[in-house]
Amino acid sequence: MKNGMKGSLLAAVSLALVGCAATGGSAASAGDKPAASAEKPAKFDKNPYPSTYAPYAGRPTAVRGVTIFDGEGGRIDNGVVLFAGGKVEAVGGADTAVPAGYDVIDGTGKVLTPGIIDIHSHLGDYPSPSVDAHDDGNEATSPTTPEVWSEHSVWPQDPGFSRALANGGVTSLQILPGSANLMGGRSITLKNVPSRTVQGMKFPDAPYGLKMACGENPKRVYGGKGRMPSTRMGNFAVNRQTWAKAAVYKKKMDEGKAVDRDLAMETLAGVLAGEILIHNHCYRADEMALVIDMSKEFGYKVSTFHHAVESYKIADMLAKEGICSAMWADWWGFKMEAYDSVNENVPLVHNAGACAIVHSDDANQIQRLNQEAAKALKAGRRMGIDVSDAVAWRWLSYNPAKALGIAEQTGSLKAGKMADVVLWNGNPFSAYTRPEKVWIDGALMFDAMDPKRRPVSDFELGQPGEGDVK
Amino acid sequence: MGPCLRRGTALTGLGGALVAALALAAPVTAQDIAITNARLVIGDGSAPIDGGTVVVRGGKVVAAGAGVAVPAGIERVDAEGRYVTPGIVAAFSRVGLTEVDAVSGTNDRSAPRTRFSAGLDIAPALNPMGSPVAVNRASGVTRAIVAPGGSSNLFAGQGAVVDLADDMDMVTKPRALQFVAFGEAGSAKAGGSRAATFLLFREQLLAARSYARNPAALAEWGNDAMLQRADAEALVRVIDGTTPLFVRVDRAADIVNVLKLKGEFPAMKLVLVGATDGWLVAREIAAAKVPVLVSPLSDLPDSFERLAATQSNAGRLKAAGVDVSVGVFDDDDAHKMGYATQYAGNLVGLARVPGASGMTWDQAFASISSAPARAVGMDGSIGSLRPGRAGDVVIWDNDPLELGSRPTAIWIDGKAQSLTTRQDRLRDRYATPQEGALPKAYDR
Repeated sequence: MKNGMKGSLLAAVSLALVGCAATGGSAASAGDKPAASAEKPAKFDKNPYPSTYAPYAGRPTAVRGVTIFDGEGGRIDNGVVLFAGGKVEAVGGADTAVPAGYDVIDGTGKVLTPGIIDIHSHLGDYPSPSVDAHDDGNEATSPTTPEVWSEHSVWPQDPGFSRALANGGVTSLQILPGSANLMGGRSITLKNVPSRTVQGMKFPDAPYGLKMACGENPKRVYGGKGRMPSTRMGNFAVNRQTWAKAAVYKKKMDEGKAVDRDLAMETLAGVLAGEILIHNHCYRADEMALVIDMSKEFGYKVSTFHHAVESYKIADMLAKEGICSAMWADWWGFKMEAYDSVNENVPLVHNAGACAIVHSDDANQIQRLNQEAAKALKAGRRMGIDVSDAVAWRWLSYNPAKALGIAEQTGSLKAGKMADVVLWNGNPFSAYTRPEKVWIDGALMFDAMDPKRRPVSDFELGQPGEGDVK
Repeated sequence: MGPCLRRGTALTGLGGALVAALALAAPVTAQDIAITNARLVIGDGSAPIDGGTVVVRGGKVVAAGAGVAVPAGIERVDAEGRYVTPGIVAAFSRVGLTEVDAVSGTNDRSAPRTRFSAGLDIAPALNPMGSPVAVNRASGVTRAIVAPGGSSNLFAGQGAVVDLADDMDMVTKPRALQFVAFGEAGSAKAGGSRAATFLLFREQLLAARSYARNPAALAEWGNDAMLQRADAEALVRVIDGTTPLFVRVDRAADIVNVLKLKGEFPAMKLVLVGATDGWLVAREIAAAKVPVLVSPLSDLPDSFERLAATQSNAGRLKAAGVDVSVGVFDDDDAHKMGYATQYAGNLVGLARVPGASGMTWDQAFASISSAPARAVGMDGSIGSLRPGRAGDVVIWDNDPLELGSRPTAIWIDGKAQSLTTRQDRLRDRYATPQEGALPKAYDR
């Protein structure tokens, strides 16, 4: 859904519902250089739109006296975090020494966490204002469009990025194509920094993803046009035929045979090679089980099922397969495949030993993913699933980082990792808490105490409300 | 209710089902009850009262406060210090009008192909048996202002005030409001521009006024009639102030122009819905004494009529003296009315952010209870625990404005309500996902 209008406008249930897809491509693939050896067929440049992001200037900073959720489940009370040069240097107890020359922030009564990572966003592709001219998230002209790349639709001036930063503490996010198509195109992972260009936001060396979609959306969109697929079995047939073709393409490439360049097949071959991660919009448990078999039939792996409203029904299978579920806390009822939602979906998946992620798919809820996680956490506790606050933070940073293939770089507060950090003015699982400061790679990008540390997009400059607290 | 309540407060999956079973087993007649030892929230903006008591007799609140005597022989429920509040009043919703939005047969929000408009009355479309009613009730919502989504014409039709009780009688007050959208949505209905919207609005009201003076003239209007008879009758009630007119409007200039309509139709009772850029004209709204229903966390310039959107809108309007209610719309307005408490809690949090405007806890709670009741002209009968109001009472497991807090017991009109939903049944079935000796279908 985009822009939160789904409930009041049924239109939202048409194309807007089609919002979600998958992401991920392997980071390594993007960075591959053309083969240096003299192999006959020229290798195509896998990274023709390279990231130009470089961390902004930060100051060596120490936050002390603060409660730390490290993102991997650890908690330190009255702790100290040091970061400098864009990296976390130390995470420890009150006795951690603060070197000279560091800015020291008193975190008493506050909580420090890794920045939130939203694995499912359409910011930039469905930006504000949501006018027709900005409707860039679904290439809904063919059920399979693995050749399109969401980064080519991202409008960096979307004011939603700054809201996600300032109100939501979101430091990285994956922008997915919509879910009109079975194969919607490549996703891109961004650092949530303002930039003139999308290249200036691209998370360095993050893998690409491919968004796929199950269920109602593709069959409705294409069935409505009188073409295949118009049924769920049609969805699978089109997918399987396309994977079969991709397998042939990949084989030719692997054997060093010359091929006509085919952007769609290039993406799918990247998936089959394990370089591009599958992010699969899928609500129903039975369909997820079929997708798992399809992935085995063609030799790829699903990183994450998105929306995954019925993951709780097959949480054991998802744990066994090592597939993450990216979920809402309580969205339900907007369409048939979202009918069996339960408020305990996230904790039930977690409790089964599977990877649980809280996602937004929404320009509003991306501003309070911590609150969505809190609702799920408390629903779980009521049924006896006793997850601590610190462990629940995995749903917001470390698990999405793993699912995006960027957990080596970010997603938790560990020495050497990116200093993507949020200081909350209280417990972030409270409705009464807001981000006070947000650092990305150690640079202070938002400070509630300093109006100058609040980004204002070009679109909002000179408009009513410019630079407001929002 | 005593043992029932205690089980409810230790709400686990099975415990919740047990509470529900007991509640269902209870007679569906109004109970005379006294809830004691409460952190009592009246809902009128006053501070919570520790050690408070609320007494409900004959389905209505007869007393609430500290030092309230419990009549002899009345059933007592010990709240054990927990929050006891009036039920939440959903300020602007479609609860009861839809089950699954994208399944059109279940979705009665709008009637885009009808020849009628203002005369539409949603009351017979409401489905008290729908699962959204139970899900919203279990989140603490006991009453809702329900508005139609739209018609083929400018006016959407007449909404109702409803209760969310577990019975077949959902309508508290039919034809409790008329709904119309101005701004971009109104333009789309009226022919393409705001000028067309304002002219159509005025002409339809004037036609209704003509009809009131001479109903026989309607026959002469023929097929080109601007209004059907039912539409004209409904608009007469808007003109004379019998039916409040809820107006969706967001752009500051549009708000000012809507307020000016009272110049020509002075008896009309306006209520603004949305008012996303309302803080820019807060003084004008306050001066007009027009209540506002906001969706308070809308902070994106998602259209050119909401360029100044900010979460501080509600707080700034409140500070200017506007009567502000908090609703859940521009979001899922049928299934997730329970977001009202989360949204109100966010306003409390905003009050701690430098430069932002929010509300105190007491104000925020009133914005989801007595304020929407007042906006629709019913604060004498619902929305607070003041004497004479409906016995809509909720006991919560925690601070109701905090995330994930849930009711442990609910009464509507003094009748104990089920808290179990279809969602709870699914949860319990799949508490362990593996199938047992028989498939899950046998597990219930």
